[in-house]
Amino acid sequence: MKKLLMATAAVALTAGTAFAGGHANEVKLGILFGFTGPIESLAPSMGAGAELAMAEVTKSGALLDSATVIPMRADTGCIDNGLSTANAEKMLADGVDGIIGGDCSGVTGAILQNVAIPNGMVMISPSATSPGLSTMEDNGLFFRTSPSDAREGQVMAEIMTERGVKSIALTYTNNDFGKGLSDAIKSSFEALGGEVTITTAHEDGKGDYSAEVGALASAGGDILVVAGYLDQGGLGIIQGALDSGAFDTFGLPGGMIGDSLPKNVGPDLNGSYGQIAGSDSAGAQIFADMAKEAGFDGTSAYASESYDAAALFMLAMQAANSKDPAEYRLKIMDVANAPGEKINPGELGKALEILKAGGEIDYQGATGVELIGPGESAGSYREIEVQDGKNVTVKFR
Amino acid sequence: MDFLNAIVALTNYVMIPAVAYGSQLALGALGVTLIYGVLRFSNFAHGDTMAFGTMVTILVTWWMQSMGINFGVLPTALLALPFGILGSMGLLLFTDRVVYKFYREQKAKPVIFVMVSLGVMFMMNGLVRFIIGPGDQRFSDGERFIISARDFKAMTGLREGLAFKTSQGITVITAVVVVIALFWFLNRTRTGKSMRAYSDNEDLALLSGINPERVVMYTWMIVAGLATIAGVLYGLDKSFKPFTYFQLLLPIFASAIVGGLGNPLGAIAGGFIIAFSEVSITYAWKKVLGYLMPENLQPDSLVQLLSTDYKYAVSFGILLIVLLFKPTGLFKGKSV
Repeated sequence: MKKLLMATAAVALTAGTAFAGGHANEVKLGILFGFTGPIESLAPSMGAGAELAMAEVTKSGALLDSATVIPMRADTGCIDNGLSTANAEKMLADGVDGIIGGDCSGVTGAILQNVAIPNGMVMISPSATSPGLSTMEDNGLFFRTSPSDAREGQVMAEIMTERGVKSIALTYTNNDFGKGLSDAIKSSFEALGGEVTITTAHEDGKGDYSAEVGALASAGGDILVVAGYLDQGGLGIIQGALDSGAFDTFGLPGGMIGDSLPKNVGPDLNGSYGQIAGSDSAGAQIFADMAKEAGFDGTSAYASESYDAAALFMLAMQAANSKDPAEYRLKIMDVANAPGEKINPGELGKALEILKAGGEIDYQGATGVELIGPGESAGSYREIEVQDGKNVTVKFR
Repeated sequence: MDFLNAIVALTNYVMIPAVAYGSQLALGALGVTLIYGVLRFSNFAHGDTMAFGTMVTILVTWWMQSMGINFGVLPTALLALPFGILGSMGLLLFTDRVVYKFYREQKAKPVIFVMVSLGVMFMMNGLVRFIIGPGDQRFSDGERFIISARDFKAMTGLREGLAFKTSQGITVITAVVVVIALFWFLNRTRTGKSMRAYSDNEDLALLSGINPERVVMYTWMIVAGLATIAGVLYGLDKSFKPFTYFQLLLPIFASAIVGGLGNPLGAIAGGFIIAFSEVSITYAWKKVLGYLMPENLQPDSLVQLLSTDYKYAVSFGILLIVLLFKPTGLFKGKSV
């Protein structure tokens, strides 16, 4: 009996090795996005973005002795922690070498804590922006190609301080995004010595904002920062504040930047300013063209970040010459940042060749990737000012 | 000077918005209360009737604008308003003929009527979205301000600005005219008297030869007029969006019930009570007190009783208190 057991074990072992050996030239990357749920409209383009990078690398044949990169999709539901961790575990059982995901901040934290850390698996999220993920203890396993909302708060605080703003009134749309962003703006601005006279929420979809405007006006401030949506309550607040003469200048974070706002408000908005995520990298345009050719919309939110997330995995693997998460995770920051040759989308094959020859690269990708601190995108922002009824880019930060 | 500044700040941020909003609520509540008084049910479709009438007005306004017709400094929508009223009269008479009439002949209980009006509400909801879409529509034109905050500051040299929008002026004037006309109609004309008689005692009214179908028809027509006027004024002052109009149903009902359902005077008072409490209880009094108090007593905090998040809670708080202690409303309407 004992012998039989031994023999079975031995056979199983050899079979296992043989199995692994036969597939040595395969790299499996999990794509763990919310294909159902609140961001189901974004997920298909995000998935296609990641798969585009994989197809490019497979075609180049330059990764780890011409390995084939196989994508493996699974669903997070965006807000379903149970579903996401179950699917992440299934991916591990299927032998993925890295997970691109999650997408929404909540499930991303859950997958990281429950699956990735216990199993030593690396995750690169293209779209989780919660500031909480920056401070989470991740054993160096978690990266993201999108900036934290805390970063936007910091950028905004810097812009306002540079323009000589001493005090602001702050209103936000009453949801997690608005609350997180307003907290970030408030703490960054106060850290720079500014004063926040009032922080108040507004509900979207109301017709009348006179009560909110009254409270904001009473608290006063040099400018009014509206962390909301330009087609929703944000517009109503600005209109009300202008009509009653409460504020003349407005601070406009990302959700408020769009062509419709200056058009709807009119010339009174001139002189207001803000910022939106965006870079002046050449990569964005290249990626958009590549995506068009591949048959999806590359300008859809987080599609380019997904491409970059997938590319970072494969470049780091080549740099470490291994698909073992414990080894290639150390190289992710190296390939993403200077020094080295700058790499745009569509040049992944070239990048892999450079790495193979022992050279260094500085992956720019579709979003001008620059990873800072705990492995998240530094986030480049366009500083916008409304001039003559148009959003004009003043500079990049 | 400081005293003047305090008065101006209070007028600008509390009095003017609350008076305009109160007039709009009062007109809406009058419609609800008329239906409750004469037809004896709470019409949940009222918010969407407002939306429908406003939509017709907007479409006609756009057509007029494209033809180059305008009303000078006043918004073109006022010219289009009669068409909007006709449109919603048509819709209401149509729904009455195909829906409510059936239940009236069945002598259905009021609660069934309420549920029927809920169904009508969803139909109108869909109809409006189908025709004009769910998004925001802007249709105001003409001069935006009677006094703008900047001009006021330059004129008076005060630190506080006072803005008085054209739409707010029109709202208040129209509301006064409409209310006077309505009371004259109800108290002086034969039809108005027969409506009141029908409302007070249906059987007695029938005995004295009043034709109930005529009373019902006139009621719907007046309600259509009130709803459309209220909707257009609200849209001019803020903006038109079907969902916002649907949500208006809540403060409108609160106004009608606080004042006393079925009592027109109560509807007007209720509208202003709700509007003033929503704005003033959530107002931060820091600025006003800062002007009034001596230097060393000026408040550091915002002096805000409730955060603006609780705006709706205020009107419903008042509604609860009134229902608990005076179920027939402040002006002796019918109990709910």
